[in-house]
Amino acid sequence: MSLDRTIAPNIKDAVDFDIQLKPCQKYTLDNGVEVYAFEGGAQEVMLMELVFSAGNSFETKNWVAPATNYLLKNGTSNKSAFEVNDAFEFYGAYLNRSCYNETATISLHSLTKHFQEVIPVVSELVADAVFPENELDIYKKNQIQQLTLNLKKGDFIANRFIDEYLFGIDHPYGKYSSEEAYNQLTREDLVAFYNKYYKEGKCIVFMAGKFPANIESTLNKYIGSLPLNKHIIETPEHAIVAATEKKYSVVNDPSSVQGSIRIARHFPNRHHPDFAPVQVLNNIFGGFFGSRLMSNIREDKGYTYGIHSYLQNHIQQSAWLISTDAGKDVCSATIDEVYKEMAILRNELVALDELNLVKNYMLGSLLGDVDGPFQIIGRWKSYILNGLTEEYFYNTIKTVRAIQPQQLQDLANKYLNESDFYELVVY
Amino acid sequence: MIQFDRFQLDNGLKVLVHQDTTTPMAVVNILYNVGAKDENPEKTGFAHLFEHLMFGGSINIPEYDEPLQRAGGENNAYTTNDLTNYYCQLPAENIETAFWLESDRMLSLAFSPKSLEVQRKVVCEEFKEHYINKPYGDAWHKMRTLAYTKHPYRWMTIGASLAHVEQATMEDVKDFFFQFYRPNNAILVVTGNVKTEDVKVLAEKWFGPIPAGKPYERNLPKEPKQEKHRSLDVRADVPMDMLMMTWHMGGRFDESYHATDLLTEVLGGGASSRLYEQLIKVRQLFSSISCYHFGTIDPGLFVITGKLVKGISMSVAEKAVLEEVEKMKHEILDAKEVQKVINKTESMICFEDMSIMNRAQSLAFYELIGDAALMNDELAKYQSVTSALIQSTAKTIFEDSNRNTLYYYSKTS
Repeated sequence: MSLDRTIAPNIKDAVDFDIQLKPCQKYTLDNGVEVYAFEGGAQEVMLMELVFSAGNSFETKNWVAPATNYLLKNGTSNKSAFEVNDAFEFYGAYLNRSCYNETATISLHSLTKHFQEVIPVVSELVADAVFPENELDIYKKNQIQQLTLNLKKGDFIANRFIDEYLFGIDHPYGKYSSEEAYNQLTREDLVAFYNKYYKEGKCIVFMAGKFPANIESTLNKYIGSLPLNKHIIETPEHAIVAATEKKYSVVNDPSSVQGSIRIARHFPNRHHPDFAPVQVLNNIFGGFFGSRLMSNIREDKGYTYGIHSYLQNHIQQSAWLISTDAGKDVCSATIDEVYKEMAILRNELVALDELNLVKNYMLGSLLGDVDGPFQIIGRWKSYILNGLTEEYFYNTIKTVRAIQPQQLQDLANKYLNESDFYELVVY
Repeated sequence: MIQFDRFQLDNGLKVLVHQDTTTPMAVVNILYNVGAKDENPEKTGFAHLFEHLMFGGSINIPEYDEPLQRAGGENNAYTTNDLTNYYCQLPAENIETAFWLESDRMLSLAFSPKSLEVQRKVVCEEFKEHYINKPYGDAWHKMRTLAYTKHPYRWMTIGASLAHVEQATMEDVKDFFFQFYRPNNAILVVTGNVKTEDVKVLAEKWFGPIPAGKPYERNLPKEPKQEKHRSLDVRADVPMDMLMMTWHMGGRFDESYHATDLLTEVLGGGASSRLYEQLIKVRQLFSSISCYHFGTIDPGLFVITGKLVKGISMSVAEKAVLEEVEKMKHEILDAKEVQKVINKTESMICFEDMSIMNRAQSLAFYELIGDAALMNDELAKYQSVTSALIQSTAKTIFEDSNRNTLYYYSKTS
């Protein structure tokens, strides 16, 4: 029997998959620090992430939060920056830190067999970072150089400005670094921020991978003994001050051969009932490789290497963004096409066939996203930090499965109106 | 230890299967033994442009992505100087969709003129985004042409120039396809929640009928031994000076390969490495610095590159790097430093092997270079590297006559 290659093999619709978020274990250390742990995986590796309420929402002077986070590992009373780094790297462990808006993290990736050797150093960083003046000086100098370099790039400028238009330069989501901000940082700023938001700050621990024996008592010894979670840390309120002007064109480099385009509007956070259904609409619009923006603007017209739309990952208030770099001569044509695609979503029902494809794609990806210990704990972390439960996971799946073209068209009419969008091109 | 089964179809397609029952997903990875190094020097960038065309529809299936997405799958591909690799991940129950799609585009592409026209433009935008519209974006073009005179590593996968991509014709596309995209020039790896006997049935069904092609005999020009230090001055509108140095090193089969890899770790791996500590922290000559190597199959380049702190002269920076490099030739590393880079490598391997996607790509790569089982010997090879071997490797590589230097000056400084 000859093979008919024009006929696709049967598939199980991803909407019929039983997608489960595996539960994670929760316990509390002696000092009240909560630990969320997911044990699993084939490799003898693990992740420990300490999440502090120490994002840039808490700083009162620009860039103190990211600088404190960055320089945390540049020396303690007993160890120089080199010795701290060496202590991790000798065991093949990676100590990373990241600063976000609400939170800032210290994360440790380690071979399971070496965890006992490196966790004392993590503990030391939380208890006893000293922020040497010399380290701060080098940081300032090198960051300013890096900034000068980044300011040459249109996409870097575009990302800064679009956030500023949406949230305002004083809002944690809208502010950004500057040479002046770096120059004004002092050691005292960092030490004060560190003492309040790390040393005696609010911390949650996330663990994933293969754990060594007696993991709970080890955590208690090194994290549970620290003076964390003693004080109530108030989350400061920041008012959103959006720009009044909606359309911008900036010339950053006259010789540029491309323009960085950002089109964006405000969008509510995950607690809003439209958040989950709009994820489906977003996927149809510009959320994956088969989306309408990608099919039209890259695959049909070849204006760009890539175009994407997405909802920003903010806790307080999100935004819906369309982002691309396009040839200089086709930037305005690209923008026109983006608005045309919005209009089509407002005026026409999405075909069932296209909708089913997107549903399958979304649920198939989700199945892959909750596979593996680091991915699973990452999903739990996102829910916990956003004040959500696993119900959100299952409700989102239900929403994706159930959504119909009419609801999508209604959402498009509610959210995809050109006049609500900020628009920016940086050449 | 990554377990796998291996079999070969009559048309020469090699198939490897690695089972992992803890995941609901499967990965189907096809590696084609063709990279930018196989291109005609007058038509560079072709292997990569071709990778884009592989998504423009095949002989019986108008769209590649759509049916895969419908099956809950995701995919991507990449082209290097040595190889082209395509991978998709999808729920294991829908794995046949991947076999159907991948086999049809191995059978024959649709060769749609529209796809060629659009993808030429897309690749030109990719070229602009990464290599023109970016500070220092042309540095690697310049370095490759400086360091290689004969071997095709002298151009980048994106192509030596936009013109080469713009001029690609349908005839070029067809020739390339039937020369390289044949089952006997490919390795299929399936990982995840799959059974070897099921993969066998699917492979025979979908790939079995594809005719073999003429075997590809790779006969690339060898790069002659460099006799003298070469350098190039560049002046461009960038905010700070950059120094880039490369040295020729052995290929993937060279017995010094693992020692070379560890040497890059000693010099540039992380914030406790020598270059970082000495040149950024202690002497404050560089604002950033990195050390790595190509990891290519044929002899590649050992790279040290960094941006200079404003006010530091190029010659001072160059001298400082060379002093660190010189130490590697004259000092025997202490056991602790060697142990550190071996531990780091062990850790890197373990983290890489976490996902079925990475395991699939590693199996395919090691099969390409001779035997997928080599993947499981890698750690032992690193562990057997001694400080004496690192030193002798440094002596061979860090000959001044073996060096190429790009002095990339800021017009404004």
